[in-house]
Amino acid sequence: MLVPWVIIFVSFAYLGLLFAIAYYADQRADAGRSVIASPYIYSLSLAVYATAWTFYGSVGRAAENGVGFLPIYIGPTLMIALWWIVMRKILRISKQNRITSLADFIASRYGKSALLGGVVTVIAVIGILPYISLQLKAVSASFTTVLQYPEIVVPASVGAAPLLGDTALWVALILAAFTILFGTRHLDAAEHHEGMVAAIAFESLVKLVAFLAVGVWVSWGLYSGFGDIFARVAANADLQPMLAPFGGVGGDYSSWIWLTILSMFAIMFLPRQFQVTVIENKDEGHLRKAIWLFPLYMLAINVFVLPIAFGGLLHFPGGADADSFVLTLPMSQKQELLALVVFIGGLSAATGMVIVETIALSTMVCNDLVMPVLLRMRALRLNERRDLTGLLLGIRRGAIVLILLLGYLYFKIAGEAYALVSIGLISFAAVAQFAPAALGGIFWKGGTRRGALAGLVSGFAVWFYTLLLPAFARSEWLPLGLLEHGPFGIELLRPLALFGVSGLDQITHAMVWSMLANAGAYVAVSLSRAPGVDEHRQATLFVDVFRRPAGSSGERLWRGTASAADLFNLLARFVGLRAAGEAFADYARLRGVERPEAQREADADLVHFVEKQLAGVIGAASAHIMLATVTKEEALTLDEVRAVLDEASQIVVYSHRLEQKSQELERATRELRAANERLTELDRMKDEFVSTVSHELRTPLTAIRSFTEILHDHPQLPAAERERFLGIVIKETERLTRLISQVLDVSRLESGRMEWHESLIDMREVIEDTAASTSQLFREREVRLERSLPARVPRVKADLDRIVQVVVNLLSNAVKFIEPGRGRVEIALEEEGGFLRVNVRDNGPGVPREHQDLIFEKFRQAGDRLTGKPQGSGLGLYISRRIVEHSGGRLWVESRPGEGACFSFTLPLVDEAALGKAALGKAA
Amino acid sequence: MATARKVLIADDEPNIVTSLEFLMRSCGYEVRVARDGEEALRLAEGFQPDVLLLDVMMPLCDGFEVCRRIRGNAAMRAVRILMLTAHGRGPQVERGLALGADVCLSKPFSNQDLIARVRGLLPPSP
Amino acid sequence: MEQFDVRGQRLAALCLLGLVLFSYPVLAVFNVQGTVAGIPVLYAYFFVAWGALIGLIALVIERPD
Repeated sequence: MLVPWVIIFVSFAYLGLLFAIAYYADQRADAGRSVIASPYIYSLSLAVYATAWTFYGSVGRAAENGVGFLPIYIGPTLMIALWWIVMRKILRISKQNRITSLADFIASRYGKSALLGGVVTVIAVIGILPYISLQLKAVSASFTTVLQYPEIVVPASVGAAPLLGDTALWVALILAAFTILFGTRHLDAAEHHEGMVAAIAFESLVKLVAFLAVGVWVSWGLYSGFGDIFARVAANADLQPMLAPFGGVGGDYSSWIWLTILSMFAIMFLPRQFQVTVIENKDEGHLRKAIWLFPLYMLAINVFVLPIAFGGLLHFPGGADADSFVLTLPMSQKQELLALVVFIGGLSAATGMVIVETIALSTMVCNDLVMPVLLRMRALRLNERRDLTGLLLGIRRGAIVLILLLGYLYFKIAGEAYALVSIGLISFAAVAQFAPAALGGIFWKGGTRRGALAGLVSGFAVWFYTLLLPAFARSEWLPLGLLEHGPFGIELLRPLALFGVSGLDQITHAMVWSMLANAGAYVAVSLSRAPGVDEHRQATLFVDVFRRPAGSSGERLWRGTASAADLFNLLARFVGLRAAGEAFADYARLRGVERPEAQREADADLVHFVEKQLAGVIGAASAHIMLATVTKEEALTLDEVRAVLDEASQIVVYSHRLEQKSQELERATRELRAANERLTELDRMKDEFVSTVSHELRTPLTAIRSFTEILHDHPQLPAAERERFLGIVIKETERLTRLISQVLDVSRLESGRMEWHESLIDMREVIEDTAASTSQLFREREVRLERSLPARVPRVKADLDRIVQVVVNLLSNAVKFIEPGRGRVEIALEEEGGFLRVNVRDNGPGVPREHQDLIFEKFRQAGDRLTGKPQGSGLGLYISRRIVEHSGGRLWVESRPGEGACFSFTLPLVDEAALGKAALGKAA
Repeated sequence: MATARKVLIADDEPNIVTSLEFLMRSCGYEVRVARDGEEALRLAEGFQPDVLLLDVMMPLCDGFEVCRRIRGNAAMRAVRILMLTAHGRGPQVERGLALGADVCLSKPFSNQDLIARVRGLLPPSP
Repeated sequence: MEQFDVRGQRLAALCLLGLVLFSYPVLAVFNVQGTVAGIPVLYAYFFVAWGALIGLIALVIERPD
């Protein structure tokens, strides 16, 4: 069975199967029926953590020192326990800010810094290259091994077997093609790759099953159970120390601890882990199961590592390559099918890693490294291109190929210097450099962009110097003397024993120094200068994510204008017309807005929405830039784009924000001022009222005083004049009294302190009474008063005195302007609807239309200016209207100049039957 | 014989006009009455009073406006203005004085006071 | 869901427990020759402790709110 064409055929069939699964899952996702919306699939997808390293390398490491393989899984278990706090926060932040990658996350936290995103991307790519080369090495080595069947020949070195070298290149190219097919068929606005997730969940199962299969076979097929294996080991003098390896072959405890810590960072910050845990996460709730299912998976896949390792050591004394025990053991027993299954398992593990890792890396390269630089380059005039989706996909595909080729290159240069596990740990140490900036960023608002940059650069530099350089030196691409004597002979700077600290294994050494440099620089530089406005805003968004209601965005203000059509076109350039249309339709549905794309001037919400969509495709920093250019009013030039991107332009953006802030302030001030004005107006009106009243009061007082004094000072006054003056005094006193009581009425009405004494009144009686009391006035003015009253009317509920006041007011008004002698006033009473209506009609000069509302206002009187000032305060009608309205009626006037006026008011009728019943009811 | 002093009364309240008229007449002054601001200006120009008793609240053209116009008119420089305000102190008084009134008297006033003020405003007898 | 609720605290405690269980003092105790049920003490300890830790995590996480 283990013949070349079978192996190749099965391999491609398996890859085809993976692709089919991915394709199917993508179709289902497009149809809205996602297959991966399950916590179990989610947990399985996290197991992409287990790569060819796990598959082959764990056994290799176990065979070397017994326990050195474990921290890499125990660390994650411990870290995942903290995920309930840490990862939930990261998930929430990433969903809210539409984070598309690890670089995006870090860049976004520190003020959407394109520079930081680029640095993270570079570190990630360089750091992961060893890891990728490891997979290539594993696949090609296992392929070569399996090809040698039935001989067990393990390739000793890369150079010695050109076949191996070429195989690795082929593997790299095939995997590149495969990854491109997998992950770059189209752009998804949120960087979701449902197909990929489904495929790697499947391959997690495959590799688990394969490993368990070989484990079971070794334990109970080759040997007679665990007891058998370990007993034999105990009996073997060479191997016996491995049973208590610490302090001896197992290394010391400190490196164990450091490895554990290192793995804790790796599970968070390996780009592929960030991709599947955060970006591809569909539901925060899935985290719950994943927190224990994933560690369980790791436990399961490690259970048989030791038996296989020891089994292999027992079976192949003399140091055969332990990395390949999982293959060579079945091969040695002619278990062809098992060997094939194991090979596929290893292939599965490797391809899963490569696919996810390179997709994640290519996304970062495209969004956070290439696009910001391209947007800067004037010559490309990128913003004028209609459709950028092709460009984006092209960049990603190029990045995938490039990364795999670089991985291959690393493999050629340094691949043979270390065993698999050690290579992997170098990558772990690289991504661990993201820990201070990322973890600090979500818990500490004081972390600044400069601090993060300082930390990342120092940590990476130390990593490079202590891990990567030695690898090159060991492979003789750099002089070995570097390692022994340090650069330029400076012993203190020896890459493997910085500052004289020796005795640590290489990884631990690198970890200690790089973390020290990284965290130290991060904290020190962050504290040395306060964060900028942008950073602070982003810091609050991140650190306080749980204090904000889900779904709320940071700022709602946006300066500059853009038409919704512009925004739509911008979005379409990146995601295509169809996706843009769908996005806008979603927006319309969510916000209940009719046609958002028709807005002449897009509101801030729409602008934000588009920015978020865009960020999902090209990253937050680039999206920000694109939006900033589109929403400027002038025809945009790339000069402006560059100005924004420039370091100095950070200040422009900064002052941009300041201006927004001051606009907010202005708006708040304007609102305050308006409120103040309203209050002042009210105050003024009150003052006006007070001064008008005071003036009105002084007028009769003046007359009274004056005439009283005259009468007093001129006792010789002729009787006629005396009488006249006394009459005036009396009248003015009456006027004063009337005015005072009216003012008091108004004051009580306005403050609500009016006392109402309601009773059932008969309007007929009221009218008769008031007619009688005003008869004097009518006689004086020689105006005839006619009454038109029905025989009986129902009663109304009102304050008798007040209603009388109203009727008196209307009657005296009616008389006021009539020409003496020919005046006629008619007062009528009738039922209308559920109301009683009283009409007071006069044949005076009438009220012009423009005065008909005015006269009901305080201190307003109608009256021909030339005929002299009418008597009265101007308050009567105002009070009357208030009284009538209080009783549930209306008071109004109908009049045409020259044809007299008719003042009418209504009062609601009372259902006396019902009242009576109610009263009876109460009494009973 | 000394020319009779001329007093112009500008007020729209008939009763007050009556009392002022009586007072001024009983002092021996020649009295004219204006019922609104425009009439006051016309009569001021035509009658050329020595003293103008000017109420603030008047229709058509209030006391302040009248005061301003008179003071802006060189021909009426000799007219002394006594303004009748609603308050003894405060913005009305300040405004009146600023616009050129000679005296501001608040209502209600004492007749003695008024007469004394008017007398004070008149040019001394030749 | 405040991040530092009881569940989060318990899980953090479990993380700390794990760090202790897999660190020098404790490991040194088990770093001896000998077997239990045929499995060397150290390795048995590793997997048992690890499994127990996972079990505790599952317990804390899956308990209803």
